[in-house]
Amino acid sequence: MKSVIFLCALMLLPQSALAMHLSEGILPARWALLWFAAALPFVAWGVVQINRKKRLDPAYIPLLGIFGAAVFVFSVFPIPVPVAGSTAHPAGTGMSAIFLGPFASVVVAFISLLLQALFLAHGGLTTLGANTFSMGVMGSFSAFGAYLLCRKGGLSLFWCGFAAGVSADLVTYFGTSFALASALHGTQPFLSVLGQIYLAFMPTQIPLALLEGAVTGGLLVYVQKHRPDIIGRLGLFQGVKG
Amino acid sequence: MKRIVLILLALILFVVPAASAEESKWQGVDETVVERFARDLGREPRDPFIDTDQGDLLLFLFALAGAIGGFVMGYYWHKVFVAQKDLEPQKKK
Repeated sequence: MKSVIFLCALMLLPQSALAMHLSEGILPARWALLWFAAALPFVAWGVVQINRKKRLDPAYIPLLGIFGAAVFVFSVFPIPVPVAGSTAHPAGTGMSAIFLGPFASVVVAFISLLLQALFLAHGGLTTLGANTFSMGVMGSFSAFGAYLLCRKGGLSLFWCGFAAGVSADLVTYFGTSFALASALHGTQPFLSVLGQIYLAFMPTQIPLALLEGAVTGGLLVYVQKHRPDIIGRLGLFQGVKG
Repeated sequence: MKRIVLILLALILFVVPAASAEESKWQGVDETVVERFARDLGREPRDPFIDTDQGDLLLFLFALAGAIGGFVMGYYWHKVFVAQKDLEPQKKK
């Protein structure tokens, strides 16, 4: 666990943002609107879910505080990846999807991305819909799906979290590639452009995805050891080997 | 096994940099991938609507965002994993 805390501390080193979100003005207006239309129903339903869970379980609010802040911090600070010679950041939506639920995780991602676009010149307001869809919707739901799948497969808690973290990261970047390729491929074959963009992300993103997986898995094990009661209430550990 | 994975990750991310230490500034994937492909495909990014990338202002805002985000995370972490845990033995009594 100390190693996980050490890696988290390294993640928090302040640098200006150079990372994965689609920058301001990259998407043509109709594509930007389309991604807003796709993301907003998830955000709206997420707000309903958060209000319902808050009423049912007061312990949900501190968890919302922890993982809301974690997604903001994780998704804004770039981590240098020496093997690729560039920087990127994790998504953080793997852990928030597990602990808060995938819809609430979309809301958390939306708020984080909005604050980053407004004040940190990171991402953009016109690309907020696309960024929310890739990091919030695709990241959260793929992570939650990977977690459930590993749980059904009887893997240990660490590996269930690891799969969720890796999946959140890699699928988020697939979403970013998809949004970019679908809007800008022009006369070139869509799949070829999509493949080129996604492959270009990989040297930086694979090490970060492994790191995000290790942090998510480590966190799950830590929470199970220290506060199994809260997690038991969320129904996360049924059928998983410790 | 978990410990080995963590050590390997730390090595990959933080010890290998010797190979590319001569690079003064590493570009982010937004520049090396997103903006490069967008330019190749005929689309230029524009300046943010609120452009905080002026001198050291952005660095200050990042430090501030990190401090506030870290405080919120730490506050609720303490509430859940320290304060609540301390209450548990009292409840059992």
